[in-house]
Amino acid sequence: MDNLVLHLHPAKVNARALKFTYTWGLGGLALLLLSVLVVTGVLLLFVYTPTPDRAYNDILALQTSVMFGQLIRNLHHWSGNALLIVAVLHLLRVFFTGAFGSPREFNWQLGLALLLLIVMANFTGYLLPWDQLAYWAVTVGTSLLSYIPLVGDQLVRFALGGPEVDAATLTRFYALHIAIVPLGLFGIASFHIWRVRKDGFSIPRDLDEQPSPQVNRVTTIPHLLSIEFIFALVMIAVLLAWSVALNAPLEDAANPSHSPNPAKAAWYFMGLQELLLHFHPVFGAIVIPLLGLGTLALLPYLDRDMSSEGIWFRSRKGRTMAVVGALFGLVATPLLVLLDEYALDLPGMMPSLPTVLSNGWIPLAGLLMGLWLYYEGVRAVFRSTACEARQSVFVVLLVGFVVLTVIGIWFRGEGMALVWPWGA
Amino acid sequence: MAVGSMSMDKEMNRRSFLKLVGWAGLGTLAAGEVTYASLRFIAPRSVAGEFGGVITAGAVDDFPPGSVTPFTEGRFFLARLEDSGFLALYRSCTHLGCAVPWDAEKGRFVCPCHGSEFEVDGAVLSAPAPRPLDLFRVKIADGQVLVDTGDKIRRDDPSASQIVYA
Repeated sequence: MDNLVLHLHPAKVNARALKFTYTWGLGGLALLLLSVLVVTGVLLLFVYTPTPDRAYNDILALQTSVMFGQLIRNLHHWSGNALLIVAVLHLLRVFFTGAFGSPREFNWQLGLALLLLIVMANFTGYLLPWDQLAYWAVTVGTSLLSYIPLVGDQLVRFALGGPEVDAATLTRFYALHIAIVPLGLFGIASFHIWRVRKDGFSIPRDLDEQPSPQVNRVTTIPHLLSIEFIFALVMIAVLLAWSVALNAPLEDAANPSHSPNPAKAAWYFMGLQELLLHFHPVFGAIVIPLLGLGTLALLPYLDRDMSSEGIWFRSRKGRTMAVVGALFGLVATPLLVLLDEYALDLPGMMPSLPTVLSNGWIPLAGLLMGLWLYYEGVRAVFRSTACEARQSVFVVLLVGFVVLTVIGIWFRGEGMALVWPWGA
Repeated sequence: MAVGSMSMDKEMNRRSFLKLVGWAGLGTLAAGEVTYASLRFIAPRSVAGEFGGVITAGAVDDFPPGSVTPFTEGRFFLARLEDSGFLALYRSCTHLGCAVPWDAEKGRFVCPCHGSEFEVDGAVLSAPAPRPLDLFRVKIADGQVLVDTGDKIRRDDPSASQIVYA
């Protein structure tokens, strides 16, 4: 047992790296959730048949007549959703403490690959209960691929195994969900953890504190291990309590001839869905997400103009500017959504242009221009470094995306019209 | 002398260079074969008459002009326009694939997912749908309306030539 631990961790660690409020145990928590998902997932394999005529009934039987069936399904469902949130929080922690720079640029890329695999695990798992939610979320989600130029239609056909979501799709998603994606996750996660050990832990620092040459090393067992163990126990308790209290959703059996109104994507795609309501699909589904991912991958190579590793939000100025960014994103995003929904009709204003231009390139160029002005603006006002200004822009985009997700989940009703969540 | 520009401390001679190229080439070939075979293995098989081949919808006179009849199994609506022409419209929304129901009161197709609207001939009345509803080929033989669900027609604009008359 000790041997295994010492494969994952170095034998001794810097005592300061153990500070819980620095890492919040998020990487370890992701690993814990992954283990819970494997155990509950393997159990679910025993009672589930991946065919359209059996899948939904198997889930019903699982919930009503299999001992602990509902609990195991709930644990699997909530752990999968939690893993996505925890992975994003882990990414944010690493970004905001500047812990992704040299020598950890490569491990940052591995982390992004893991995030994509986690999204894919969630998306493929979404189809398996074969209820209305599953069927239409996957129909809409895969249709997005059809907007990729040249190969889009073939790609959708390949993903679905036919012209529509059907038995072939279920088999495919099942194979991806139980074999391909988990193998990828475990392979890359092992690599990721080994790189953490090899690159060295980043050490928390207070504002204006210089990196100290003095190192107080303590043994991993028990100093680090005891923290991890207690944290894992607490989180398992929370997960169990949550899964006892809240059931995983299950709607009516899939009906290919009737889309529910409104037909929404899975919650983690609501931000993208909201973009789709405002942009031409090529932009909402492909260009903007790829731009976002590409920028994330580039971040560790850009942030080289100040040394802020270990300090939350870079510096005192960085903190103020992050708050400014959050407020800006919080105000600007709903305003833009309302503007586009009720006042601005770009394709109508430019009827001679194809919508790819009028509802794609033009609004995107406008947004990027706005972000650039914001970047130059805060940089000048606060006389900050590029690194601090970049972080502020990142916060604007992050808060913007969260706001879009919230709008998609709670403020979109029948026919995707804007509504109040309390129905007034 | 160095072959290629591989390393500075260890010069590469011809033998090790050829060895490297040989093994790398064989490795790439093997990886390519495995990838190609796997992709072909899992590629969707194309089935003639996808949603049930040629469907006999019924006699021409069963469908009064100005009517829209849903065919659930065939996944299409048979529309008979006011001028007695027939169109078989694939029910999948051209925006993101939701099933578009016929709204008889409004006299148009209204997509529940993102609010696209289509006229009875499939033309886009209201975005975000980028193009008219797809068609299945309609044939009239012996007074019967036949719809070939294996033959999907994608169109950028509706035109009179797509309408089939008895």
